[in-house]
Amino acid sequence: MTRRLLPLFLLLLAAGLAPQVLPAFHVTLLNYIGLYSLVALGLVLMTGIAGMTSFGQAAFVGIGAYATAVLTTQYGLSPWLGLLAGLTITLVIATTLGLLTLRLAGHYLPIGTLAWGLALFYLFGNLPGLGGFGGIQNLPDIRILGWDIRNDADFTLVIAVALVVSIWLLDNLLHSRQGRAIRTLKESAGMAEAMGINTARSRLQVFIIAAVLASLSGWLYAHLQRVVNPTPFSVVMGIEYLFMIVLGGVASLWGALLGAALLTLIKQVLQDVLPQVFGHSDNFEMIFFGVLVILVLQYARGGLLPVLRACLPAPRPQPLPTAKAPALPKRPVPPRGAPLLEAEGLVKRFGGLVANKDMSLKVNGGEITALIGPNGAGKSTLFNLLSGVLAPNDGKITFLGQRIDGLSPRAIARLGVSRTFQHVRLLPEMSVLENVALGAHSRGKAGLLRSMLHLERGEEAALLTEATRQIERVGLADYLHTPAGSLPLGQQRIVEIARALCSDPLLVLLDEPAAGLRYGEKQALAQLLEQLRREGLGVLLVEHDMEFVMALSDHIVVMEFGQRLASGTPLEIQENPAVLAAYLGGIE
Amino acid sequence: MDTSILAFLAQDGLTTGAIYALVALALVLVFSVTRTILVCQGDFVTYSALTLATLQLGLVPGTVWLLMGCSIAACLLDCGCALKHRHWRQIPGLLVRYLSLPLVLCGVASYVDLATLPAALQIIMTLAIVTPLGPLLYRLVYQRVAETSVLLLLIISVAVHIALVGISLQMFGAEGVRTHALADTVLMLGDLPVGVQSLLVIASALVLIGLLYAFFGHTLYGKALRATALNRNGAQLVGIPTQLAGKSAFGLAAFIGAVSGVLIGPLTTLYYDSGFLISLKGFVAAIFGGLASYPLAAVSAFLVGVLESFANYGASAYKEVIVFTLVIPVLLWLSLKNPHIEEQH
Amino acid sequence: MSRLLDVRGLSINHGKVEAVRGLDLHLDEGQIVSLIGPNGAGKTTLMAALIGLLPSTGSVAYDGQPLLHHHSVAQRIDRGMALVPESRELFGPMSVEDNLRLGAFSRHRQGFRDHNKTLDEVFALFPRMHERRAQAAYTLSGGERQMLAIGRALMAKPRLLMLDEPSLGLAPRVIGEIFQIFETLRQTGVSILLVEQNARAALKISDYGYVLEIGEIVLEGSAQALAQNPRVVESYLGRKPASADLLTPQPPSATAGAPIATPAA
Repeated sequence: MTRRLLPLFLLLLAAGLAPQVLPAFHVTLLNYIGLYSLVALGLVLMTGIAGMTSFGQAAFVGIGAYATAVLTTQYGLSPWLGLLAGLTITLVIATTLGLLTLRLAGHYLPIGTLAWGLALFYLFGNLPGLGGFGGIQNLPDIRILGWDIRNDADFTLVIAVALVVSIWLLDNLLHSRQGRAIRTLKESAGMAEAMGINTARSRLQVFIIAAVLASLSGWLYAHLQRVVNPTPFSVVMGIEYLFMIVLGGVASLWGALLGAALLTLIKQVLQDVLPQVFGHSDNFEMIFFGVLVILVLQYARGGLLPVLRACLPAPRPQPLPTAKAPALPKRPVPPRGAPLLEAEGLVKRFGGLVANKDMSLKVNGGEITALIGPNGAGKSTLFNLLSGVLAPNDGKITFLGQRIDGLSPRAIARLGVSRTFQHVRLLPEMSVLENVALGAHSRGKAGLLRSMLHLERGEEAALLTEATRQIERVGLADYLHTPAGSLPLGQQRIVEIARALCSDPLLVLLDEPAAGLRYGEKQALAQLLEQLRREGLGVLLVEHDMEFVMALSDHIVVMEFGQRLASGTPLEIQENPAVLAAYLGGIE
Repeated sequence: MDTSILAFLAQDGLTTGAIYALVALALVLVFSVTRTILVCQGDFVTYSALTLATLQLGLVPGTVWLLMGCSIAACLLDCGCALKHRHWRQIPGLLVRYLSLPLVLCGVASYVDLATLPAALQIIMTLAIVTPLGPLLYRLVYQRVAETSVLLLLIISVAVHIALVGISLQMFGAEGVRTHALADTVLMLGDLPVGVQSLLVIASALVLIGLLYAFFGHTLYGKALRATALNRNGAQLVGIPTQLAGKSAFGLAAFIGAVSGVLIGPLTTLYYDSGFLISLKGFVAAIFGGLASYPLAAVSAFLVGVLESFANYGASAYKEVIVFTLVIPVLLWLSLKNPHIEEQH
Repeated sequence: MSRLLDVRGLSINHGKVEAVRGLDLHLDEGQIVSLIGPNGAGKTTLMAALIGLLPSTGSVAYDGQPLLHHHSVAQRIDRGMALVPESRELFGPMSVEDNLRLGAFSRHRQGFRDHNKTLDEVFALFPRMHERRAQAAYTLSGGERQMLAIGRALMAKPRLLMLDEPSLGLAPRVIGEIFQIFETLRQTGVSILLVEQNARAALKISDYGYVLEIGEIVLEGSAQALAQNPRVVESYLGRKPASADLLTPQPPSATAGAPIATPAA
């Protein structure tokens, strides 16, 4: 904890000292860097970590600025009410825009942000009462407990406090259960849903946080400048915010500050130096920036902070939760051999293609069932139907007697079904412990605010202890704090299984778990699955490796052309002539 | 409002609409082939108009030196690659390919009295200067990152646009320009005055659209570009080099931009930074076409032009707000139609 | 007969997985060679690497000249290689004829202009394509798409035609039709490298075969010998449970092969 707090204290200290030591002009610069950093922080969370690119953050800065400008000059209210109003309006608009546009797929989202960013900008310039493009002047000072915050030097400390608190809150958030969920949003939303994470809600929360930070920056800006006009809230500024985080470190909080500082300082240097060299400077600043961003994106895609960090010694890993946290409640395990999952008469069509026709399947507790079949037989489709990724056109699936066909992956996960993925979906930068803890997401409850305020430590300890238990269970205790991406594939697959086990499932669906594994790794995997079988779990696996399947399974189902071809014990399957024909091929 | 004002506004709207249509077409083309949203398309338009205006004044346009510079840079990059693989024999060919046109243009610009050149030659020279900037841009900036996500390509495009605007200011200064009209006369259609220049713009745009249609539908290279847009793997397997497709798309886009600049130059005052708004409006039209359909994009562009014309007349302060807000439901609809644009990266 | 394709020690890494390991493969001009094996063996990865879509280590020589990693896909196609991938990669909205004509792009770039004649030859081979020449490619059935994909590859007049799972998703009768065409093609001088899950169909028309299992060649020999080798069946359906125990250490597998087939080293 102290390791994280130290840089924040240093920042506050620097902010306190700076106005005494530096000339006034530099203090102004520092203030601007601080204000930009606030916006950039939100953008790092939203774009760098959660993968939603926004060109429109400047519009939210504008909302914060204009709200307080109107309330303080036209209605004579206190700036604090202006802040409140700004934050409220921001919340409302962000929620509306978020609900409308966050569902936009892929690259349509940033285009959407461009659209509303532009729309809001033109509104600022045209709405009556906002002073048009001339703006609003003569905003009053902010008063804190009798202290008038009038000049730049006063603002430095206020901005620094706002920054420090924001970083602390966001840092807490990123190291919590909610934070882990947010980190899946960029590239693994599908996996997140299978772990019970409500990705749509997470995205909206991140969007709102970023908007609120921008709005706060706008409020401070308005009372610093004491003049508000639309120019700083244009899409051009929105693009500059993006440039800041690209330069600084797109996915790190401190990168936001670095990027804001770099951009501001370089602009300043160029404006000072270039007139002396060329006679005028504006154009070169733009050219320089453009080229700089292009170079950074070509050669250092994560921004400059990771490059800097690589030069420093690696930080020590976080200490384990030492307190013995109470164990999380577990589901009652049904008796061995009891039917867990039953699928009957499943049909799935994709246009004219019938991928699954009248498929039936049964998986019992304490047994390993394998689903095999030649390429194109429809195994993946069936798997997706069972795990909730697709909904069947006909037929039904029940789990412990309850209908689950058509339910979302999240709902199915909550009922006690857990899965792994054909192409391993771990978050490579996160430690094994944190990756596995993702599996326990639905066993926790702490919300956004509690996480930010660091008040969910008890629950977090319980979740991490559970994750540790599962990691020990699968035999990877030595790799608790290793980044998951650095493990060989076989161990990554086992981490995925540990993550699946962390949700306390009764049935585990494994998608080609042995693919790409070496012989020794397959042995380890087989032993693990044997162990799960002994403990009463049901296992369904889709596999191509026949050695693996035949040695391990209790029951095998063979598919061909979307239908069930045969089912039985491994020996029965190997001697079934229809199966032989299906695999080795038939010709007329 | 009476019919003459209506006609005037419609004519004005269709004229600018024609330019937006060309911009939209270029955007759709480049996006479908390279997944790049070419934010700087409008800059090709302004570069073209500003270059032509400078030529008409008898001065050497800075664009010719920009072309030279970029050509040298790209040539060096390719020679470097050739050296790395020990293909010495390719180097003379590279030098010729990259440097011959720029050298000729620089020579003409420096030693010929530009103001006395006939208008047609000036136009041809402008097109010759601006069009190669497209493929050079691809080689210098995009080729290396051709496989990254659409998002990253978009951010790079924004950076390119900003750099180009800066260079434009440097080369042409902050003053606006208008080029000499190709035709000053005004026809009378019954009671309605119709400017010949406007007709020329609309006609040229339609002709260009027609030529593009013929190119894509009936030539092998055109079909190859379409194929790359449809299926990049398939295009590779058929022997279409991805770089060729990228450079061709950018080249066509630059050509379309250059022609647009020549057409619109006499009708509007263009400044070094006018490119952004031109790109933006063409982009809105392209979005209405789903970034995929040429006819829809073209029709939307004409509509945007007409809407803008009428809104200007009605002094509506909210015209931009309306247009940009309308983009959102269109995007939502597009998103529902193509849900699986999950860009992994 | 000269050696058209000579692969030695080929290894391909696909992300974290070593998909193919130390592979040796040879194909002489005029031969039809099959690479059979169960799913996940690395067959598609191998094809992708040979055509230049994936990087690899080891040495590959085509027609006596080395193929280096910087030789692009387009360059390999210019030299006479062609690949019909598992996913066909057709240009859906474009017509059958356009798809075919695009197949001649590489020759067009090299200066040849005899595409109409080549088109007629392809139509002669696949009369159904002639019927459907104006239809969009995505309206074709599975078998017709396969024909179109092969026809498109043939428009480049390749010397080495590589096919990845041509029988995939096809009804048995159609498989027979298409595989018969391979025999016809061999007679016109096209060498064929076939990657197939359907071992029977593939071995029936091949001269030589390799069995690929999890990235390594475990068996090779004349097609006739392989067709009679029970080890091939084991490759597909695993060893019977009585003789294998995955949970205890295994000695290297003893290949109970017929004398003509050669187990790989």
